[in-house]
Amino acid sequence: MHKLLTGKYNQKMLLLGNEAIVRGALEAGVAVAAAYPGTPSSEISTNFFQISQESDFYFEYSTNEIVALELVAATANSGIRSMCIMKHVGMNVAADALMTLAYIGVKGGLVIVTADDPNMFSSQNEQDNRYYSKLSGLPLVEPSSVEEARELVSYAFDLSEKLQEPVIFRTTTRLNHSTGVVVLGDVKKRVTKGDFLKEPFNYVPVPSVSRKLHAKLLKNMDKAKEISENSKYNFTTGQGKWGIICNGVSYNYVYDAVKDLNIKDNVKILRLGFSYPMPSDLIKGFLKGCKKVLVVEEGEPYMEEAVKAFAQEAEEGRTLSIKGKEKNLFSRLYEFNPALVRRCVAQYFDVAYTPAQPVDVADIPEIPQRPPSMCPGCPHRATYFAVKKASEGLETICPSDIGCYTLGFLPPLSMGDFHICMGSSIGTSCGFSKVTDKKVISFIGDSTFFHSGITGLVNAVFNNHNFTLVILDNGTTAMTGHQPHPGVDMKKLNLAGYNSPVSIEAVVKAVGVSKVKVIKPFNIDKSIAAIQDALNFKGVSVIISREICALYAKRFKKLKKKPFFVSDKCKNHRKCINELGCPAFVVEDNRVKIDPVLCVGCSVCAQICPENAILPLKEN
Amino acid sequence: MNTKRLIIIAVGGQGNLLASKVLGEAALLADIPVHMSEIHGMAQRGGIVESSVVFGDAESTIISDGEADVLLGFEPSETLRAINKCNSNSVVITNLSPLPPYTAAIGKVVYPDLDKLQDLIRAKTECFVAFDAVKLAKEAGNLMCMNMVLIGSLIQTGILPLSTENVKEAIATRIKNIHLEANLKAFDLGFCIAEKIIRAKCFSFKK
Repeated sequence: MHKLLTGKYNQKMLLLGNEAIVRGALEAGVAVAAAYPGTPSSEISTNFFQISQESDFYFEYSTNEIVALELVAATANSGIRSMCIMKHVGMNVAADALMTLAYIGVKGGLVIVTADDPNMFSSQNEQDNRYYSKLSGLPLVEPSSVEEARELVSYAFDLSEKLQEPVIFRTTTRLNHSTGVVVLGDVKKRVTKGDFLKEPFNYVPVPSVSRKLHAKLLKNMDKAKEISENSKYNFTTGQGKWGIICNGVSYNYVYDAVKDLNIKDNVKILRLGFSYPMPSDLIKGFLKGCKKVLVVEEGEPYMEEAVKAFAQEAEEGRTLSIKGKEKNLFSRLYEFNPALVRRCVAQYFDVAYTPAQPVDVADIPEIPQRPPSMCPGCPHRATYFAVKKASEGLETICPSDIGCYTLGFLPPLSMGDFHICMGSSIGTSCGFSKVTDKKVISFIGDSTFFHSGITGLVNAVFNNHNFTLVILDNGTTAMTGHQPHPGVDMKKLNLAGYNSPVSIEAVVKAVGVSKVKVIKPFNIDKSIAAIQDALNFKGVSVIISREICALYAKRFKKLKKKPFFVSDKCKNHRKCINELGCPAFVVEDNRVKIDPVLCVGCSVCAQICPENAILPLKEN
Repeated sequence: MNTKRLIIIAVGGQGNLLASKVLGEAALLADIPVHMSEIHGMAQRGGIVESSVVFGDAESTIISDGEADVLLGFEPSETLRAINKCNSNSVVITNLSPLPPYTAAIGKVVYPDLDKLQDLIRAKTECFVAFDAVKLAKEAGNLMCMNMVLIGSLIQTGILPLSTENVKEAIATRIKNIHLEANLKAFDLGFCIAEKIIRAKCFSFKK
């Protein structure tokens, strides 16, 4: 059984931040959760998915974040404690539901987890989702540590039920992917069946209803502010004339900095863990007696702006120096670290200290970079190669999308010219093909297609756009750790309760694409011919390139490894290396070789070798 | 209690995350405060995996440049790349068996010379322990045990507040029975080789 289900009360367990959140939710009696996977939140869903197979807890991978939020909006309004998990940009997708759900509210507790990614370790932007709370009027809680994350989830559920509003639970990558020792609480009994009582004049937001609901939301915000003023998650430590206000993981860096700088007697710290609505009275009280105040927060000056506004209303606050995001202090860019925070604290309060001296790296030679690359045997490489060959001589624009295949923009394949967000490959193809004379060829993965590709394709067909869409169907949501999507046959994973997979070609045909072809990308010549045919079509044509993700196949021991080798016939053209860039190649003594441990035997290099020098490695 | 900061640097698939989890479990068994963090962007696709493990009285889970007490490197060029995490008092332990990045493997760029790499690290830090951990892992019976070889040598340095018993017990909680023997053997081999190297080279660093 899953360790997060069996863990006993008071047991100490080493948990990842994401695991602590799951445990906290189970302790709070969460009965339903829904998510679309996205780093850094992915492990929350992975654990929930496993737990749902071992208990009466319901979890689903929804097709996208707004569907996930809509689902839990309904379960929570049927009185069931529910959770919705997404990465920060997923909140943009869910925002339409979020904004009006705030008006409608909930009956059972609903906690929405948004995992922000300062520094963009695995994201396309580093937006600060605290503003979603301000925008929607929904309460916001933020843990500082793995240990606190567990208990804060329970608090968020109680708060949600008290206010009858969803609560936003915001983390950052550093919290999600930190590990700490957590003392477990008791798992509350789940209530899995609820009921929905009709109250259309509270639940159907036509204008006349919404005018009432907005007023209700504002009242709820007032209530939330009162709770925030006295919340134990907004606490002050220490005393002194120097004030530091901080949140999230920044609190840890501040705590360590104050200790390391030996300024405990001069500093008081206000840690805000319930940060929307902001506890204005608490903050004004904190400012009283402060000579200088430093606001330490990653991302935008969300707290800083509020604190400065509150200071305006406070008697002595108007002349108080309050700083945070400044040229010589904190940046809005990237993530913080202990040394940075220590330096800024020392500098702002004028404390002498000796920073650690990193070793001198001036004489260190350039070390070859190690960028992530598509795996040996990755079908995307074959598809990109085939498209490149098929479009030779054409001037092209290739919008791409989010997944492992985004890496195709790197040389030598260099496929991927424009990209904004999930599903944007298709919408942008409409625009590029309208105003340029270039051939537009776009790429989208199977999971991304279900997430937000279909509506774009409907648009393309109806408005008669002209491009070729390549759907890279590798049978899984590979990038985030191989989560299932609606195109996956769950029976093959021995999972019951699912319908048969939704066919991508049936969807594509049903929305009106007449030119559809499924290819096997490892068959290079046939693939090139099919793609050329699609490129010649005027209108929207679709190629579905279907081959299982090599990493996924390996995980399920379904990969039939048949490595190849480079025979003596090789004349060192190096077409294989120069055009495919597969990590299984090595060059030794100026000869190309294939690492038999890495090669899985996709045979693409063998098919393009001008000398037919690459052959299957026979055992013995 | 004193804070000790450890950085583990590796290439995806080398077993870095398991190694840091074992150390975390060992700290839990020894009732020592521990905070850890990992960055594993696209590790499964050949990227770099960095873990930080902070033992003792500190709240931060990450380690700034120049602030690592120990750098444990699973791949020599990555150890060198991460050397900015160290200061002149740091201890560096590295596997010497290279895993060249693709561009180096196909001869487009040059992989750092291993002798020069060692000279550079040796000159910059307090104590440098370098050996072929892959060879010892093979000797232990499983290539995948390289992480435990390196954990063994790490514990030998005595810098971390963890005992051999704690770590071995932690290995047993995290490793399946059928692989346990090889992993414990790997730990012992790493423990022994580090002892020899330290005895031969660094006399006074043990604190």
